[in-house]
Amino acid sequence: MTTVSSKVYDAIIIGAGHNGLTNAAFLAKAGLDVLVVEKNPHIGGATVSRELHDEFWYSNCSYVCSLFRPEIYQSLDLGRHGLNVVPLQGGVTFKQDGDYYGNYHHHQVRRREIARHSQRDADAVIRFDADLMKWCRLIRGMLLRTPPDPSSFKPRDAMEFAFLLKKFYDLSEEQLYEFIRFFTMSIAEYLEEYFESDVVLAHYSGGSIIGTGLGVYSPGTAYVLLHHAMGDVDGNVGSWGFARGGMGAVSGAIASAYQSFGGEIRTNAEVAKINVRNGVAKGVVLTNGEEINARKVVSNLDAKRTFLNVMDREDLPSDLVKRAENFKIRGSSGKLNIALDGMPEFPALPAGSPLTLGHMHFSDTLERLERAYDDWKEDRWSADPYTDTLIPTQFDPTMSPAGKHMMTVFVQYCPVEPEGGWDDDKKQAFGKTVIDQISEYSPNFRDLIVHAEIRTPNELEAEVGLTEGNIFQGELTLDQLLFNRPFPGYAQYRGPVKGMYMCGSSTHPGGGVMGAPGANAAREILKDLKLRDTTPEDFGDD
Amino acid sequence: MTKGKSVLIVGAGHNGLICGTYLARAGHKVTMLEARDTVGGGIAMRQFSDGFSVPALAQMHHPLHAKIVSELKLASPSPTPAPMETISLSPTGAHVTLGAEQVSGRELNEKDRAAYSEFMKEYASYAKALGALYLNTPPRLKDFDLADARTLTKLGLKLRFGLGRKDMREFLRVGGMNIYDILNEVFNSEPLKGALAVQAVLGNHVGPRTPTTALNYLYSRHQELNGAPVLVSGTAGSLETAAAAAGVDIKTNAAVKKIKVENGRATGVELASGEHIKADLVVSNADAKTTFLDLVGASELDAMFVHRISKTRTYGDVSKIHIALKAPPVFAGLETADLRHRLLIAPSMRYVERAFNPSKYGEYSEDPVLDISIPSMNDPSLAPQGHHVMCINVSYTPYRLKAGWEQNRDALYQTVIDTLSAYAPGIADRIEDHEILTPVDIEREYGVTGGHWHHGEMSIDQGFMMRPVHGTAQYQTPVEGLFLCGAAAHPGGGITGLPGRNAARRILAKGGV
Repeated sequence: MTTVSSKVYDAIIIGAGHNGLTNAAFLAKAGLDVLVVEKNPHIGGATVSRELHDEFWYSNCSYVCSLFRPEIYQSLDLGRHGLNVVPLQGGVTFKQDGDYYGNYHHHQVRRREIARHSQRDADAVIRFDADLMKWCRLIRGMLLRTPPDPSSFKPRDAMEFAFLLKKFYDLSEEQLYEFIRFFTMSIAEYLEEYFESDVVLAHYSGGSIIGTGLGVYSPGTAYVLLHHAMGDVDGNVGSWGFARGGMGAVSGAIASAYQSFGGEIRTNAEVAKINVRNGVAKGVVLTNGEEINARKVVSNLDAKRTFLNVMDREDLPSDLVKRAENFKIRGSSGKLNIALDGMPEFPALPAGSPLTLGHMHFSDTLERLERAYDDWKEDRWSADPYTDTLIPTQFDPTMSPAGKHMMTVFVQYCPVEPEGGWDDDKKQAFGKTVIDQISEYSPNFRDLIVHAEIRTPNELEAEVGLTEGNIFQGELTLDQLLFNRPFPGYAQYRGPVKGMYMCGSSTHPGGGVMGAPGANAAREILKDLKLRDTTPEDFGDD
Repeated sequence: MTKGKSVLIVGAGHNGLICGTYLARAGHKVTMLEARDTVGGGIAMRQFSDGFSVPALAQMHHPLHAKIVSELKLASPSPTPAPMETISLSPTGAHVTLGAEQVSGRELNEKDRAAYSEFMKEYASYAKALGALYLNTPPRLKDFDLADARTLTKLGLKLRFGLGRKDMREFLRVGGMNIYDILNEVFNSEPLKGALAVQAVLGNHVGPRTPTTALNYLYSRHQELNGAPVLVSGTAGSLETAAAAAGVDIKTNAAVKKIKVENGRATGVELASGEHIKADLVVSNADAKTTFLDLVGASELDAMFVHRISKTRTYGDVSKIHIALKAPPVFAGLETADLRHRLLIAPSMRYVERAFNPSKYGEYSEDPVLDISIPSMNDPSLAPQGHHVMCINVSYTPYRLKAGWEQNRDALYQTVIDTLSAYAPGIADRIEDHEILTPVDIEREYGVTGGHWHHGEMSIDQGFMMRPVHGTAQYQTPVEGLFLCGAAAHPGGGITGLPGRNAARRILAKGGV
């Protein structure tokens, strides 16, 4: 039975992921009457903390925080709403010969450590850091802005182009070319212009394949490194942090801010379709038949799900359906969330080393990283995977019982569907590959395991609604970035139907827990409503 | 540029010949210095066995751009070479023949046929729009002069108005894509996709899944705008004739050892023989590393420039195999008449990607990608009566083979024959003689660093106004009076003659003493 209420919200946001909540918060802040509908019993999407084993809380999808826009943090007063981010302390790559490379947080210590592997590299890292910082600063200024449409002559687009061009023209000619090269090169080849030591090359390359269906030798991966390196915590560009209480604290704080503006959230409310009449979005229909009306409908779902699952083909232009079908969203990552009875030992490190406090990796050559990618291309999980391993409970005691620990292991690569599809045996085999790898470097690790949640792209799609388990809601390749994201002509948050918008990571600037897509979409919605823009402006360079 | 300048061209490859001819026709005194005993470099003919001749490196090429043909008054080679199609061989015999506008094959469905015609038209229009870029000096992006501004404007107009809004958007989308994803969006047939993918990767260290291979594909499509591919056998000759007619003095067996530089200015060369030759201008047809690191020398150049040049990616991946046959080969599912076309063993994109993977680790695949022609089918003079000669480009045979090429040339040859035999049973028994040119051999014999087909990877970061590196991307170099005119310069490799022509025009505009 269909129930229709007479209430008409100003806006309905489909999906309470962090971008949907951010979008809703800015709309509510502008005085709109907003409803967020979420299919799960919990909010947060992939920005969640889940108690999946007695008293152990897992950030079971996203696990570190840095890209979250400080402008949004400030503008929504998230500190007051409970978000507390603690900066991370560097990282380490373990070598097969028993040695390691420690990516210490402190500049000078790091340089000495690099020199231990290669003096030339220790000198080159000064140049490398400076160059990377240059690109970070340039790109960061583009995150909280709507991409211009290069084929349009409208004043708004022309002016935005002029703004971006000026930013680039502030670079010297040589820097301009270096930037283009950086944007189009592979991370391995980009780094090989600076470094020679295998382990240093491997350590810095890893960040560029996280969540990405590309290898370290694929053009375009240097940019992805940037995408991950340009975050900041407390103004320290390039550093990562833990949210106290796990990533759920991020979405929890945004939801709290949203609700403080009068916003409403309904969980256990899955949208079956977006209601479109005469080419205008009128609201949504839930899977239980309930119809909810709204003047604006904003989808936080990925572009494939939005257009192919919750909208009727008849309501969409035919070329859009084709584009949605061709939208590349292949997942490539898996995850293990592990409850540990104590702290694992890593004998390769000196006693009391702070290096376990940061990112831990076990792939010490570019060749190993590239071979891991070759496996994925053949629809296999990597026999020798790259992992990004952290144990946040070392300084966040709220996520496990005293003396015990929670370990998060992000894994590249894991196929969307191995031959014959996923079943429990294959999942366990995948998990074993990862546990075996870590055990090579921590002899007591295996015995400390109390519980392990093994996640493939399958789980990510089923639980969070991320199509094919792609963590960015769409691959971050040149053809799906900026004015191409998610599709050319639809890169300014407005959907193909009047009153319908997109606010998730399928839009610029893409994935990572940034909040920027949500804010940018709110800006466009408020513009269309001719209301005051509550979204913050980029801080710019200080 | 005032007339009558003396110009030395180091290397008489096809770009050098074309550049030299343009300069001679403009009234300058041009001397070409070629290390080998014949001109033409990679497109010269090579007799590898008594009575058996093949084009040295390239097998076929699209006709040179109409502007080059008319501006240099090039005679067409005689007899007129016949246009070639590409036949993508399938292990089941369901071969696919790719023509300029149509595709045929017994297992092709109607959807693929229609899609092919559409696809060919669409990408021809993108290639045409890029023409303004290929046919001109690549514009600087800052501090550009009037010529650069004109090129940028032309390019912008062609993209926006030549293509129209919808197509421009699509072009901006596919430009950075990999050919694998593009072809999977459009086609079903695996041999069809395999063949198109080879177009996008040939000569470079990339696989179909490598991002930006769409641009490489467009570059080859741009050449195709000039017409279907033909054998190279007559091209070197017609270029040599045009050069001689323009008054170019060609010296063979004249290897250059050093480019002389005094006070930052090129003053001439020193030959391997010890002879010194002075000149007003020196133009190098050699690759960038050879030019700057060997011939000029690091001591004459800025340290950062030397670093960037030495970091350019120049490791070759293609080997060439020549086979002397005592009888025509027999391919399962093909008529003898089909054998005058180009034959590809690349039965699917997965096959191509799998062949590519080992080359990243200094190895080669047991199932290589083979690009085959039997030139004697089109030109019987290349082999003795009743005999035939076969050329094979073997992709993904890396210059830096971990196991070393000296010990493995024969192993590679055996792998190729085994693969070939699956499609042409009994071919091994018809082989009289053969020759193998690995990238190491190509480097040694043709003086190309890394044995690289395009004088360096054709990637975006080593392309356009960054080819070979920014700072020397407009044919001029940091050394006054020294220019680049070969594939190391824009627009890069392939037998187009465009680097040579663009360089000549640049020298005539900016090369004044």
